[in-house]
Amino acid sequence: MNPTPFLSFRGITKSFPAVLANDRVDFDMYGGEIHALLGENGAGKSTLMKILYGFYRADAGEIRVHGKPTDIRSPRDARRHRIGMVFQDFILIPALTVAENIALFLPDLPFVLDRALICKRIEEISERYSLRVDPGAPVWQLSVGERQKVELLKLLMADTQILILDEPTRSLAPHEAAGLFRVLDNLRRDGFAVTVITHKIREVLECADRITVMRRGKIAGTLPCADATQNALVSLMFGKAIAESPQRRCETPAGEAVPFLQLKGVSTRPEGTGMGLKAISLTVGSREIVGVAGVSGNGQRELGDVVLGMEKCSLGTKVLGGADATHWSVARVRSSGTAFIPEDPLGMAAFPWLSVQENMAMANTSRYARHGGASMDWVSVRSDLQASLERLGFSIPPVYVPLGTLSGGNIQRMILAREMAHDPRLIIAFYPTRGLDVQSAVAAREVLLASRDAGAGILLISEDLDELFTLSDRLVVMLRGEIVAAGTPQNLTIEEVGYLMTGLKGEGAKSGYSSGGGGDVSA
Amino acid sequence: MDTAAGVAEMFRHKRVTAMIRFGGLFGLALVVFALVLLVFGQNPLRAYVDIFRATLGSVYGFSEVLVKMIPLVLTALAVAIPSRIWLINVGGEGQLFIGALFATWGAITFNDQSCWLLLPLIAILGFMGGGLWALISGVMRARGWASETISTLLMNYVAILLVSFFVFGPWKDPESANYPQSAPFPDAAILPFFPGSRVHLGALLAIAGLLIFHFVMSRTRWGLEMRAIGINAEAARRNGISTYRYMLLVMFIGGGLAGLAGMGEVSAIHGQLRPSLSPGLGYTGFLISWITMGNPLGIVAAAFLISIITAGGDILQMTHRIPAAAIHILMALVLFVVLARSTGGRGRK
Repeated sequence: MNPTPFLSFRGITKSFPAVLANDRVDFDMYGGEIHALLGENGAGKSTLMKILYGFYRADAGEIRVHGKPTDIRSPRDARRHRIGMVFQDFILIPALTVAENIALFLPDLPFVLDRALICKRIEEISERYSLRVDPGAPVWQLSVGERQKVELLKLLMADTQILILDEPTRSLAPHEAAGLFRVLDNLRRDGFAVTVITHKIREVLECADRITVMRRGKIAGTLPCADATQNALVSLMFGKAIAESPQRRCETPAGEAVPFLQLKGVSTRPEGTGMGLKAISLTVGSREIVGVAGVSGNGQRELGDVVLGMEKCSLGTKVLGGADATHWSVARVRSSGTAFIPEDPLGMAAFPWLSVQENMAMANTSRYARHGGASMDWVSVRSDLQASLERLGFSIPPVYVPLGTLSGGNIQRMILAREMAHDPRLIIAFYPTRGLDVQSAVAAREVLLASRDAGAGILLISEDLDELFTLSDRLVVMLRGEIVAAGTPQNLTIEEVGYLMTGLKGEGAKSGYSSGGGGDVSA
Repeated sequence: MDTAAGVAEMFRHKRVTAMIRFGGLFGLALVVFALVLLVFGQNPLRAYVDIFRATLGSVYGFSEVLVKMIPLVLTALAVAIPSRIWLINVGGEGQLFIGALFATWGAITFNDQSCWLLLPLIAILGFMGGGLWALISGVMRARGWASETISTLLMNYVAILLVSFFVFGPWKDPESANYPQSAPFPDAAILPFFPGSRVHLGALLAIAGLLIFHFVMSRTRWGLEMRAIGINAEAARRNGISTYRYMLLVMFIGGGLAGLAGMGEVSAIHGQLRPSLSPGLGYTGFLISWITMGNPLGIVAAAFLISIITAGGDILQMTHRIPAAAIHILMALVLFVVLARSTGGRGRK
């Protein structure tokens, strides 16, 4: 191993109001090594990497590049030191082609573009690291896995030497993730220094040479992969081994009564870059969780929105509680007993500048309006909120502060409490645990199971196949706006679902990625 | 408790520094304009003293400032209300003209009615005129056909030409010496004045508008829902709030208030419909609304300041023989000052 690390952090400290995000962090990246940075959400991984990339300035400590203390003030500086980052949300321009996106990123871009030369270089590099994508394809046509390849290509073309990937497998199917690890393996062999930021222990054990665990802003420990075990990592991440609560499974079969939600041949028109639904037929009865698997962007969002009434059905009918609800407004769908748990509460369901109690009132303003709307009954808003939080076993936040001042976990809890306040009969759960720390995710899952046992039907949309398999009573798989398969966790395997959701059916796929056939297969 | 006190302290501190900043920059604007006056060969100190005497230095002068404030407050509200849900109404000017047009129709058609009937009638007509005119843009926006920013702006020209059409054509007063203006309003259609001034009943409408706006936004279900839409429209829609309905509503009410401003101007100030009804009152209202971020007290303060400056322009023309337009230099300087305030809040995203 090289004596001097390509990159090292020494004593990096960064605090935000009320949070010490990084506390004297030391971290090294060597050439020819994949170093995993593991920790739950909020452990300070992203802050550390943002300091490296010049988004934040550390309060104390220093960064050394090849042993030399270096001041990184902006992403531009970082790139000059051959540091590159693949973000969770890709920074590509959908309307431009792959080659154009890559060209935009090149530091030595000449005034007149030599497209042929750029394409040739792209092909050379993509050949070498099996990152095959069509340079002429517009980015909006690419799958998530392919976009990630473009991001990597971009960095490699710009002569990056130190690579950081932030949660790279978040929206990849299992075989795509395996493909990514093979790419990283090639990079390691060519002497790149690679860091993968993640909270998935299984993947870390699969791909890393060395594992550093962060907990509450501090380095909890660094292990060579050979010495690391799942249990050791868990106890480093959480301080003590927390038992992931065993998921109770209520064995009573779904009631035979008419299911609360029925979609019969529902189609929608695609809007913008969205995906139109094609002839979706689906039921959700009471006391059951129906899981929807799929790579994001294959119509899951639209499915949830159709049920909620945000999107209009162009064909087919929607029945809620026995009544034809095809043309109901969102307000009417919600007041019929439909709750909505969003993937990103601040983006989709909450109002950061409104107070906690105002957010509580928001889900059903007519319930709390008095004098025809001229005033609001804040007393009952507060008592409903308190009752619901207590029932869920959550602590009670101050109700007059703006919601945005609470932590992410507390915002999610507050939204859960709001949605569960009035005994919903149908819950649309949209990636309910994405971005949550482990404790909050466990709490959210418990809430879903408890409501299921209390008689609600749940439409669970998720990318986390483990979550879908543990929670669901039935599963459907969506691909390009259609339901391509349906079954139960007992008669499907995670791998099968993984292939179904990426459109690779059955056996053909098993040999697919090693042969490097085409498109997203070769990841 | 400690932190609360600390926050309050910080807030006060921020307030104070902000005011010092503002005062200093405002003084700077006055100094720069003084240089302009020197170039014109005037004594700037005397000019400022004259402006002050003629506006704040006498009861009459002060009342004239109030008169100028009435339409500005109303047109600022016409912008502030839609801005709560991020609709940008640039059409205050056109809505004001159409309000005046509708009010004029009422006044000259029912000119034999008593004022108890006629005044409410022209007020309602003025409101409806401006409201319906803005509603056209509201519908186009809510249905996703056209941006309200563009459509309200373009419809200003249509509205002004429409008024011209009527005063040059069907409504031209046969008794005026070929001037493009309507027949004078009957006395019953002229808004009553406060004794000894030209401050008319529109002042009460403007105050009522401000109070209702404040009350609705802070206390009611509608205000809550509108704030929610303004903060996060997608979340609001997912919570079952009809953004469509609110788009129509705020455009109608906003336009209606601009229409009321037009009604007040045509009835109390001009007494007949003329194409020169408004020296850009709608646009000034737009400025007032955005520099104050729609804060009711801020609207009053900004309208007051701008009214003094415009009144000052008249003084300069009369007593110092400087073209009244020169005052726009001072206005522009002051606006720079206001916009240069520390960009907290929404200035920076």
